[in-house]
Amino acid sequence: MSEARDTRPGVEVRLEDLRRSYAGVTALDGLSLTMAPGELVALLGPSGCGKTTAMRLVAGLEEANSGRVMFGGKDVTGLPANKRDVGMVFQAYSLFPHMTAQQNVAFGLSLHKVGADERKRRAGEMLELVGLAPFANRYAHQLSGGQQQRVALARALAIRPTVLLLDEPLSALDAKVRTRLRDEIRRVQLEVGTTTLFVTHDQEEALAIADRVGVMNKGRLEQLDTPTTIYSRPATPFVAEFVGLTNRLAGTVRDGEVEVRGTRLPLVQPDAAGGPAIALVRPEAVALAADTDNVPGPLIGSVIAVSFLGATSRVTIDLGDTTVVAQLPTSEASAHPAGTRVRLVIRKDPVLIARDETVTADA
Amino acid sequence: MSNQPLSGGLLLGDAAAPSSAPGSLRPGSLIRARRIKLQVFRGVVFLVLGLFFLVPIGAMFEFSTRGDSVSAPRTLDSWTAIVKVPELTDALTASLELAAITAIAMLVLLLPTMVWVRLRLPRLNRIVEFICLLPLTVPAIALVVGMVPLYRWIGPNLSDSILTLSFAYLILVLPYTYRTLDAGLAAIDLKTLTEAARGLGAGWGTVMLRVVVPNMSSAILNACLLAVALVLGEFTFANLLAFENLQVAILYIGLVSAGTSVAVAVASLLFAFVLLMILSFVGRPKSRVARAEDTIIPGPMMPSVSGPK
Repeated sequence: MSEARDTRPGVEVRLEDLRRSYAGVTALDGLSLTMAPGELVALLGPSGCGKTTAMRLVAGLEEANSGRVMFGGKDVTGLPANKRDVGMVFQAYSLFPHMTAQQNVAFGLSLHKVGADERKRRAGEMLELVGLAPFANRYAHQLSGGQQQRVALARALAIRPTVLLLDEPLSALDAKVRTRLRDEIRRVQLEVGTTTLFVTHDQEEALAIADRVGVMNKGRLEQLDTPTTIYSRPATPFVAEFVGLTNRLAGTVRDGEVEVRGTRLPLVQPDAAGGPAIALVRPEAVALAADTDNVPGPLIGSVIAVSFLGATSRVTIDLGDTTVVAQLPTSEASAHPAGTRVRLVIRKDPVLIARDETVTADA
Repeated sequence: MSNQPLSGGLLLGDAAAPSSAPGSLRPGSLIRARRIKLQVFRGVVFLVLGLFFLVPIGAMFEFSTRGDSVSAPRTLDSWTAIVKVPELTDALTASLELAAITAIAMLVLLLPTMVWVRLRLPRLNRIVEFICLLPLTVPAIALVVGMVPLYRWIGPNLSDSILTLSFAYLILVLPYTYRTLDAGLAAIDLKTLTEAARGLGAGWGTVMLRVVVPNMSSAILNACLLAVALVLGEFTFANLLAFENLQVAILYIGLVSAGTSVAVAVASLLFAFVLLMILSFVGRPKSRVARAEDTIIPGPMMPSVSGPK
């Protein structure tokens, strides 16, 4: 099936030190990124972090102040969008309203001088790929939001683009459609093997779909790594706080360890200078035990809320001067309903420390 | 507009036994009564306005079919004269040519400019709007006085053809056509559509012709209609710049034969009507289909929404 579709194998995409500012405000501050052929990289970050600017520079919709964009070793920095061979899917519904789904998909092909018969065949094939063959003759307003985005994906892939750019394609959809379409995009992307850049502000989406996730902040790439590493070994406090939930616990750094409320935890960067710091502790690293002896201590507190998430539950504990969130299997959490006193046990995983109070993620 | 508000959750059983509460109107009949009232109101408005427009035209037609005196037999001489008087046919042709040239030039000039300003120079939007609306604030007579020296130069140096009037008419139609096209552009997601098309390999020409124009066809048609109607009805410019267009010719013929001038006036009005009908029907079918599902109240005077949105 995929041989019959004769798709172009993915190419390497390289961004070299891209910079862009708008009226003195820096949107992109030296972004370098190499995407392996066929790889799906997600750029993740809060709004205004430069991820959309990065995508628009790759697309050629905007010009970089400096830096280069390379597709498979070819410098395309100076090429306009219509000469770059990029497929794009936008957050806003972008189907041409005066064309049917089929005509939309065939539009790009006609610009690439593909004959009418071939055009029709390939448009049909692409619609089949996204599971919309029966809707070929519908107009955009006769399709649901999710269907429109699938047609947009088929349209973007029909021209066999060098790079596929997805700019928050799921953000306008409701939660259930979002998850389904996310998996579908990944399936199609793996099938055609096009190198893909996926821009999103939704960490769950990024972690679920990407080969590698690039977390961006203030126009810079904070960390680029596999979803597992991003989550379990965040390189910077920003990444730790932006991806997943994090407890901020005051402590003191000494001899490559940080002492938090009487517990000594190893550091990710053991060479950190000593002194007061904030340790960033994941909710999964916090375990609970029933407190029976009623002796006050730094890790003794009372449960103030339990939220049921399905297989796991999130328990919020009041320690007097701060609150801590623990995430544990629902079966364990049910032993500690709101109001009960518990003792916290912090697992001795390496933690990151933050010293700057202003580092907060507005996820 | 549903039956729900009067029979909430608690009164659900009432649906089976309607009007059980004495003194309260059944929701269905209330709505029906309002609908009939609305229909009657619409009918009255339609009738009054229809008479207001049709009586004078009917009177003009009646006048144009009279002979030389009140007692003379009915005749269509005034109407046949339209095609027989050479000044009139010349003026009519000139006016039609002017209308076509003005409409096309307006589109070629205005549409790409507006698209470009919206996409690339949004800060200039206000300035362009101001410039385009400016002719509206200047009385025609003042505009012409300002243009006389220009035409004194154009005459000997460029051409003394009546078609040079299209320069002036282009400015005249600017405010109306700008507004219409502006509304059409606002109805589509121009930025996303153009970017999508460019990503697929379309140059700016293709973007304009295959994406922008088809999606605002009704706005474009409306703008053209306005331009054509304005040019066909224009008198001041032509008269003061000493060109003989349709309206000027009607005036002069009126001095000789009142019947013919009135016949021409009726004919040009009817021409504008026909144009309007054609244009309003061309832009319609798509929006009808698009709204078919969420249409609730059927009525003869549905607001006609132009454009697919």
